[in-house]
Amino acid sequence: MAVKVLVPTPLQKLTQDQATLECEGNSIAELIESLEHSFPGIKARLCDEQGQLRRFINFYVNSEDIRFLEGQNTPLTPGDEVSIVPAVAGG
Amino acid sequence: MTQAATSPTHSAVHSAATFTGLKCKECGAEYEAKAIHVCELCFGPLEVAYDYDRLRQIVTRETIQAGPHSIWRYRPFLPVTSQNPIDVGTGMTPLVQANRLARQLGIKRLFIKNDAVNMPTLSFKDRVVSVALTRARELGFTTVSCASTGNLANSTAAIAAHAGLDCCVFIPSDLEAGKVMGTLIYGPTVMAVHGNYDQVNRLCSEVANSHGWGFVNINLRPYYSEGSKTLGFEVAEQLGWQLPDHIVAPLASGSLFTKIYKGFQEFVKVGLVDDKPVRFSGAQAEGCSPIAKAFKENQDFITPVKPNTIAKSIAIGNPADGVYAVDIARKTNGNIESVNDAEIVEAIKLLAETEGIFTETAGGTTIAVLKKLVEAGKINPEETTVVYITGNGLKTQEAVQGCIGEPFTIEPKLDAFERALERSRTLGRLEWQQVMV
Repeated sequence: MAVKVLVPTPLQKLTQDQATLECEGNSIAELIESLEHSFPGIKARLCDEQGQLRRFINFYVNSEDIRFLEGQNTPLTPGDEVSIVPAVAGG
Repeated sequence: MTQAATSPTHSAVHSAATFTGLKCKECGAEYEAKAIHVCELCFGPLEVAYDYDRLRQIVTRETIQAGPHSIWRYRPFLPVTSQNPIDVGTGMTPLVQANRLARQLGIKRLFIKNDAVNMPTLSFKDRVVSVALTRARELGFTTVSCASTGNLANSTAAIAAHAGLDCCVFIPSDLEAGKVMGTLIYGPTVMAVHGNYDQVNRLCSEVANSHGWGFVNINLRPYYSEGSKTLGFEVAEQLGWQLPDHIVAPLASGSLFTKIYKGFQEFVKVGLVDDKPVRFSGAQAEGCSPIAKAFKENQDFITPVKPNTIAKSIAIGNPADGVYAVDIARKTNGNIESVNDAEIVEAIKLLAETEGIFTETAGGTTIAVLKKLVEAGKINPEETTVVYITGNGLKTQEAVQGCIGEPFTIEPKLDAFERALERSRTLGRLEWQQVMV
């Protein structure tokens, strides 16, 4: 069983308009590589030149912000839900 | 609820428009003025870009003064094309010279911008919502939505009702009763989410991925946030077309703070006021102070927190515009401070007892921070200081219950009154409730 990924609107052009995906990976970092393999170009949108997540993107694992977990090393298990959310919203 | 148009008509180019499109605040990429809020390349926030040459040609103090007594007197500075924007009397709230509070604090020229009496729902959110829903209508949306700590839900529901738009709002399930009722009354769909505002906001962003609604603080956010500029414009106009020396405002997402700054800058750019340095100071509650922490620790990123404070309306643990707020406080030689819940309650009472203004917890936070800054010598007593009060105390009565005493209950007899009056003069107010005369 794979990990479910919720894709924000600005990335859906790269995912053939899919708002949800099934993907593999044992951590957020691995998931990003796996997404890049399926949808070339997506990593450059998510990460800067140093491979760090861009500061205006938030990742959540099962509704928890990965900054409260282990960041890009946060482990994933099959059935987890990963949500990619633009940081700029609300207020 | 009627399903909104999933593909709104994006009519971006209008001859009446003074704005030219959207521009990424980070990388500068340009976009049409559609219902989008983040850059596709770097996810940076999109901001409305204006044609300032055109604004200089068409706007004068006189044209503004001849306009309506509402935020729409500044229409050329707002990202709408309608000749008939949604005008429910929002804006032009009092700028009150607060002499008694100033004396108590030990400063000389203090003004309160009182959005506790903004129309129609008694908070500054009516400004941003009036703009967002006008733009939503122009873009063809028939359903509007928002993630809210309460005030925004009140405002979106009320103004959507006025405009005949369907409305679905998302709020944390533990909000104050007044804020929940003040939304339900207008008849929207209300989703009370088990979780804090940041969780509500994330859920709402996920809903926005698949529902073609106009989310005022998500896909309409570039337009929505521009409404806060009117808090800058009005203060400048009400001070006699000049800028203050120092402003103090509450910080939740940081958007309001950055837009007051932008408002002042635009008035300077168009020649409506003289340029001068204005210090920007921000207020947070200790139980949710990620922006104050970044400011103090001199960081250029915000570490999110899980909020725990009575100041629910500003309890955003993951503030979208936090880094920009820090930047403005730094470059204007301002400060960002935080205060605890007890100080917030005391400050609500202080403002009420000195100026007759009953504000909610966000206002209490701002007044408490003002007091702290004065005591620390961080506000020059000679400065013209403007404090932004953004919400009404009747909506957060829970915060002061048990802290303001009870009325005397008396028989309808003169001697009962005289005895009660005597006691009122000898007892502390909090002891009143224990007295039956």
